[in-house]
Amino acid sequence: MFSPVNIRVGFYLALRQLRRTSVWTTSLIVFVMLLTFLNLVVVTGILVGIVEGISNQYRQMETGDLYVTALDTKDYIENSQQVLAFVRALPETKRVTARSSTGGRIEANYLTRDLNEKPNETAATVTGIDSVAENAFSGLSGEIGEGQYLAPGDYDAVLLGSQFVDRYSFGEMPGLTPLTNVYPGTKIRLTVNGATREMTVKGIIVSKANSPLALKVFMPGGQLRQLLGRTDQNVSEIAVRLAPGADRAALRDLLVRSGIAENAKVRTFEDSIPNGIAEVTGTFAAIGNAISSIGLVVAAITIFIVIFINAITRRKFIGILKGIGISGAAIELSYMFQSFFYAFMGAGAGFAILYGFLVPYISAHPIALPISNAVLVAPLSSTVFRILILVVTTIVAGYLPARMIVRKNTLDSILGRN
Amino acid sequence: MIDVKALVKTFKDGPIETRVLRGIDFSARDGEFVAVMGRSGAGKSTLLYQMSLLDEPTSGEIRINGKEAHLLSEHEKMLFRLTKFGYVFQDYALLPELTALENVALPFLMQGAPRAAAQEKAAVALARVGLTGRLGNLPSQLSGGEQQRVSVSRAIAHKPDILFADEPTANLDRESSARVINIFNELHLAGQTIIMVTHEDEYARITDRIVTLDDGRVISDVPVR
Repeated sequence: MFSPVNIRVGFYLALRQLRRTSVWTTSLIVFVMLLTFLNLVVVTGILVGIVEGISNQYRQMETGDLYVTALDTKDYIENSQQVLAFVRALPETKRVTARSSTGGRIEANYLTRDLNEKPNETAATVTGIDSVAENAFSGLSGEIGEGQYLAPGDYDAVLLGSQFVDRYSFGEMPGLTPLTNVYPGTKIRLTVNGATREMTVKGIIVSKANSPLALKVFMPGGQLRQLLGRTDQNVSEIAVRLAPGADRAALRDLLVRSGIAENAKVRTFEDSIPNGIAEVTGTFAAIGNAISSIGLVVAAITIFIVIFINAITRRKFIGILKGIGISGAAIELSYMFQSFFYAFMGAGAGFAILYGFLVPYISAHPIALPISNAVLVAPLSSTVFRILILVVTTIVAGYLPARMIVRKNTLDSILGRN
Repeated sequence: MIDVKALVKTFKDGPIETRVLRGIDFSARDGEFVAVMGRSGAGKSTLLYQMSLLDEPTSGEIRINGKEAHLLSEHEKMLFRLTKFGYVFQDYALLPELTALENVALPFLMQGAPRAAAQEKAAVALARVGLTGRLGNLPSQLSGGEQQRVSVSRAIAHKPDILFADEPTANLDRESSARVINIFNELHLAGQTIIMVTHEDEYARITDRIVTLDDGRVISDVPVR
């Protein structure tokens, strides 16, 4: 079938048919291919991008590119200041923040409740921060939906994650009861390490349900250390943002080799993302592929119908071609070339739109969804693979009807007999 | 050159069988110009299609240059049609998206000729039928007579052993018909074997022999000159 002569004659016929086909017909078919391509790439890309959005939140707000945390057997990183000095000295380091985290409880409405009434309290992760360094690292002040961000020198002030405030909460979770009637300026009681202190809610963080900020209470780091009875400057986590293009794994290994790993867990962002994120990504990708494959089938049927109608209406000419000695393979190849042309043009236009507009635009303006700010994930290798799938499917869809018509009796085709 | 024996062709439409050719014996020598005549439904075109390997007979033998053509594979028949036969159809049978030059050049491309050589040979063939000025025209831009001349040009360009023509003047006006027949006559004088189905006595008389069919049988086979 794929002899040079067949390919040459098939291409010759395809080119001439395409040249003399109506521009509108060609445009319509290419448009269908374009939509199919975008369906193939964008649906999966957005679904994966939702998870990517969640991961990005963790990276942006919590872990950075390198995440150094206390060993499981310790509440803090030994010699934290030396570790901080080391990572700050790395040329690839762009920003660093150090946090102290501990478990605690917060309670609201304790001044107004009956003695018989159940306390409006809940467990929380309390994180002490340097407000300036943290804001420079994560832009936390931008997440404040009500009230104000912590200022240097603030004391007895906290920021509440959205899950702790009933009007922003996505519902109760085991061990978490949202606080009612809590606004900026409201007094709450914070209990850590057995010590209880009245604090003022300075701001409320309004974030996505899956944001790492949603379940945190932020307060000045120095005050938290006081509540914990700590006199050292050790912290429980250090997040490092690296310059673009820096090799995270190589720097992680450098930190491990430097001995930091003896006193802390050193992980890249990828190592530290919560368990299950990869599985969720895989699940969303599978759902996206399932949806896209329906689009692919629709496109294949479209091409099948287009080529079938084309071949049926040209049946007489296919008969003539066979009659004057043009091989069936060359005729079939001419339809395969036409299908290839449609798929290539559609995928080419889709590729240009995808990487010329959609990916950069959605990266700059993520799609705000309740679960995360979704981006469009479209790795080049995966896109090329999908182009190949589209092209191959389309060629097969074009070949089948052509073969059906070419196989018919030559004379019946010429005379239009069934 | 071509020798047909006991050729039978039956068409089936469900339980109904129609026997169109009922045991035809026919032959044509090299360089002979034969007219096949008969009233409508006599089986003229059906005979032509069997001999030219466009259709498969129900039974019988077709020998071309001693070769049992009816036993050839589809691929061999395709090669035969490409290299040994030329066809002129009643309705011209040109490909609408190809220019006159491209229509004629196409079989050469299939034979493996380079594009430039194929177009050169096609241009020579078109010049032979007086269409030098119409090489770049699509069939829709040509008159019926011109289209038929392109069809003749395509049929003869590769110097076939046998030229089959199925009522080549049926759709043409008198002037165009005369022009096509003149071309056939010139080809015949140059030694081309031609088998032509026609209704026109006037055109049949320029051939060497007239074979007349009726009800699927040869009822007469007489020389003209």
